[in-house]
Amino acid sequence: MSEGGLQCPLPLRQYPNVLLAHGGGGQLSRDLLHHLFLPQFENPLLAPLHDGAVVEIEGRSLAFSTDSYVVSPLFFPGGDIGRLAVNGTVNDLAMCGAKPLYLSCGFILEEGLKMEDLQRVILSCGEAAKEAEVLLVTGDTKVVEKGKGDSLFLNTSGIGLVERPLLPKMVKPGDAIIVSGTIGDHGIAIMSVREGLEFESEMKSDTASLYPLVAKLLDSCQQLHCLRDPTRGGIASALNEIAGAAGVGMVLEETAIPVRPEVQGACEILGLDPLYVANEGKLVAFVAKEESDKALEALRSHPLGKDAAVIGEVATGQEARSCPTGTVVMHTAVGGERIVEMMSGEQLPRIC
Amino acid sequence: MKYLDEYRDGDKVKAQLKALQERLTRPWQVMEVCGGQTHNFLKSGLDGLLPEGITLVHGPGCPVCVTPIELIDKAIALARQPQVIFCSFGDMLRVPGSKEDLLSAKSQGAEVRMVYSPLDALKIAEANPEHKVVFFAIGFETTAPMNAMAALQAKQRGVNNFYLLAANMLVPPAIAAILSARDCQVKGFLAPGHVCTVSGYVEYEEIAKQWWVPIVVTGFEPLDLIQGLYMLITQLETGSWKVENQYRRSATRQGNLAAKALMEQVFSVCDRKWRGLGPIPASGYCLKPEYADLDAEKVFQIEDITAEEPKECIAGLVLQGRKKPTECAAFGKKCTPQHPLGAPMVSSEGACAAYYQYGIKLRTS
Ligand code: SF4
Repeated sequence: MSEGGLQCPLPLRQYPNVLLAHGGGGQLSRDLLHHLFLPQFENPLLAPLHDGAVVEIEGRSLAFSTDSYVVSPLFFPGGDIGRLAVNGTVNDLAMCGAKPLYLSCGFILEEGLKMEDLQRVILSCGEAAKEAEVLLVTGDTKVVEKGKGDSLFLNTSGIGLVERPLLPKMVKPGDAIIVSGTIGDHGIAIMSVREGLEFESEMKSDTASLYPLVAKLLDSCQQLHCLRDPTRGGIASALNEIAGAAGVGMVLEETAIPVRPEVQGACEILGLDPLYVANEGKLVAFVAKEESDKALEALRSHPLGKDAAVIGEVATGQEARSCPTGTVVMHTAVGGERIVEMMSGEQLPRIC
Repeated sequence: MKYLDEYRDGDKVKAQLKALQERLTRPWQVMEVCGGQTHNFLKSGLDGLLPEGITLVHGPGCPVCVTPIELIDKAIALARQPQVIFCSFGDMLRVPGSKEDLLSAKSQGAEVRMVYSPLDALKIAEANPEHKVVFFAIGFETTAPMNAMAALQAKQRGVNNFYLLAANMLVPPAIAAILSARDCQVKGFLAPGHVCTVSGYVEYEEIAKQWWVPIVVTGFEPLDLIQGLYMLITQLETGSWKVENQYRRSATRQGNLAAKALMEQVFSVCDRKWRGLGPIPASGYCLKPEYADLDAEKVFQIEDITAEEPKECIAGLVLQGRKKPTECAAFGKKCTPQHPLGAPMVSSEGACAAYYQYGIKLRTS
């Protein structure tokens, strides 16, 4: 972590108070992480900044991850905060190449929350855990005064057994970049409820446990290098993070990226770019080029991966001049080129 | 979205590019007026495909960028008042005022809400009768009808806790202001299709006649942009100065008469100060005297807040197409979308943000 220490005090001093965008998964979140958290917490296990940490205990590799959920509304088409919280941590573990096993669940309830709503959330936590084949083995509940929390916040942590280590730094020039399905579904589903937008067909969150897809990929591809679930900040932010961590450039093909027409339409209306919209049931995989067909086949053999597509590749030597390290370039539909930046502010406040 | 795909068709765009290349016999400097067009030139990668002889300069058509700095200070002052719920389009929240932006005010406790339409703000007013709800009515002719509608509905429904911080601007006077600069190099304009859909383009005909410049009302998709450019260059190469309409699927000569009637009912034309361009006569909308009780500037007595632009930001020159964002010393260094010094770095229509977000040449040179 070469950026340790407050070498660049500007970003934080400019903001005397925390902004929503500090939690948005984009550049401001990164500033907060690098300038405030990491200098204090720095250790080699945290260093890869992956979705979860991989720790060794008596010869076994365990993946360990945590995430908090503050989504509003609590219930939305395709899911709710409970399902999101279970799948979110399950997916973070799966992205480490691990089989998710045990979860904890912490509830922060606001005084006045409807008992019926709480029951619904707990029920769906239970269901999601069963579907993902994990056990909720410990938990905690706290109640805060009315006005001190937004009805219900959830935290889940989890551990899983690493089957094969996958890390951003394993990504190599020439790797195929594969996405497991259409992008932006979750973010747009939340937006459509929150903003009261109505569309011809209902937008549904894609929240799902991705472990079944991961298991298939691990089975069929020996040269699977890295996985990431592009949640907050969308695939643009996920790819930029990996490009930075792996020290590579990436080239995307705009026309290859699967986007549902309804999602594209909603993005036009809202002025959003689907590349930056959150997903909760999609993964991005980096696989050696020779194995990209196998990976596609593996993904498409499962309903969650039926729209899987190769969307680009990690830049090789020849491209490196037009695609420097750490950048993501896109070949556009009309034959031009542009940069795909990390998300800079908050695109969707409090999306997960 | 099928119909949009048609306007993003790579083959059609390439064919039009080739035709454009063949038309061109000498270099021309042209301006796309609207920031949405600027963004799409860069976002689609079209800017890198244009023939060398064409220099695109980016115009003032970014509503967030031209909203004067003192108005942002006024907005913040309003938002900080205890009874006020301040509603705004999302883009506006991060535009720096002289000391801070609306989002920072929000993080310190001001009640600031992001809305997609002034009618949402009106709903918030109805749901919160004990609060005063102010909507930041910015934008060009495109947002003005909605703002007028909100004012009208507030009156009709007797909602007496709803106010507008009115800042609507008009595009044609800004084009005229750019042309009237003695050293103006712009030889033709792509006029904003969305704006003309509402306002029509009769006023643009006056400008074309007066300054002998061709103007093409143009849409926003890659194929629209390249077709608009082709029409414009054809006029320039043949010595013509008419207003032509590329965006026929939406814009008409007379515009949307119902929307225009609505605007006339609520607004009157007034002088406005533009951020970066300075005062331009008859270039904005103000609430008519009948609507004075909705006018936040009058009701809350914030009329005398003044503010200065930061010195290092050359947004004024960028908005007039005199400098490219990359010619600003702060670009990408002191000024980034995370820490914007000026509005063009924040807005989804700002030229500086477009260059920063999509500009590939910057990374590879
Ligand atoms: S780069 Fe920043 S400082 Fe320079 S003109 Fe643009 S907004 Fe202003």
